[in-house]
Amino acid sequence: MFDPITRLALGLVTGFLFGFLLQKGRLTNYRTIVGQFLLRDFTVLKVMMTAIVVGSIGVYAMRDLGLVELHIKPAVVWSVLVGGLVFGVGMALLGYCPGTAVGAIGEGSRHAVPGLLGMLAGAALYAELHVPLQGWLGGWNLGKVTLAELTGTSPWLWIAGLAVGAVGLFALIEWYERRINGQVRCQASQRPERVTSSQSLPGTPVGV
Amino acid sequence: MGWIRAKRWSPYLVGALIGVLSWFSFAVSQKPLGVSTAFVRAAGLAERAVAPGHVARNAYFQSKTPKIDWGVMLVAGILLGAFTAAKLSESYRVERVPDLWAARFGPAVWKRYLAAFLGGLILVFGARLAGGCTSGHAISGGLQLAVSGWLFIGAVFAAGIVTALALFGREVSHV
Repeated sequence: MFDPITRLALGLVTGFLFGFLLQKGRLTNYRTIVGQFLLRDFTVLKVMMTAIVVGSIGVYAMRDLGLVELHIKPAVVWSVLVGGLVFGVGMALLGYCPGTAVGAIGEGSRHAVPGLLGMLAGAALYAELHVPLQGWLGGWNLGKVTLAELTGTSPWLWIAGLAVGAVGLFALIEWYERRINGQVRCQASQRPERVTSSQSLPGTPVGV
Repeated sequence: MGWIRAKRWSPYLVGALIGVLSWFSFAVSQKPLGVSTAFVRAAGLAERAVAPGHVARNAYFQSKTPKIDWGVMLVAGILLGAFTAAKLSESYRVERVPDLWAARFGPAVWKRYLAAFLGGLILVFGARLAGGCTSGHAISGGLQLAVSGWLFIGAVFAAGIVTALALFGREVSHV
């Protein structure tokens, strides 16, 4: 029923820091998540790509020093792709992913509570259908493989590529965000009622 | 200590700190950050209270045993951490219907709650089919260069963009 108390405490502390960061990054905000999918607010992509690059450097460095082991999830191609597509539909409809929905409840978003109940129902429903779904979609399994292993290259080559790619992507995103925000201001000044409505909305990100 | 009360930190700083948190998680807990398995364990615990035999016979609950573990406490911690951050910056705010949703679908609370319930159901069903969510597959998988993580990221963005545009169109996105 319970894991050892030190494991539980460690989970709670890790989660606390994670939730704190998600809230400070505005990722617990409905508008941030939906805005990402509408390609108007790129906060999600910025946080995710920075976390991936910084995380990869430390985790691979510790692995090379023999301090940690990797925990790779198997690439069951059709399950991951179909599951990811289903997940994307749910994320756009709910306006959160599982972790940020829980964080949203913490900052007062009441509509994330039915979302949480839906998530529990989704887990229960999946448990009933796991065996047949595995039969249909579980055939093509590349195993617990990394991009470096799949291509027979050094992981550091991939990490360097990711870092360079991320910096380029961020430059592009910042340029694009400035451009679309300029457009919104132009349209708003042609329709004065829009100016007041957009300025009075509390969820509008700082700097827009 | 003004920074701890700030309403918003730079997304790059937040991302970098989540990256550092994942080092901590690997080194100290021997676990990557991951959220969605906890929902299976919690759903299993709730279901076991009603139908213990049914849960005991279920193959999926045998591999993801219903229990309070590191991951379930991680989710509890997220709730507390986000609450603390929101209170410190005075951004705690009761929201029943988000503005963006109301601008498109009206202010009816039941409509938003129903959509949130269905969205949540679809979300975790997809996460369990894929074997992880934004934290377990995208961030933790992505940073380990896992093929599964990068396949997941591509699929989520493709479906999320199509769904959001279908729901909201391009014009309301200015609201």
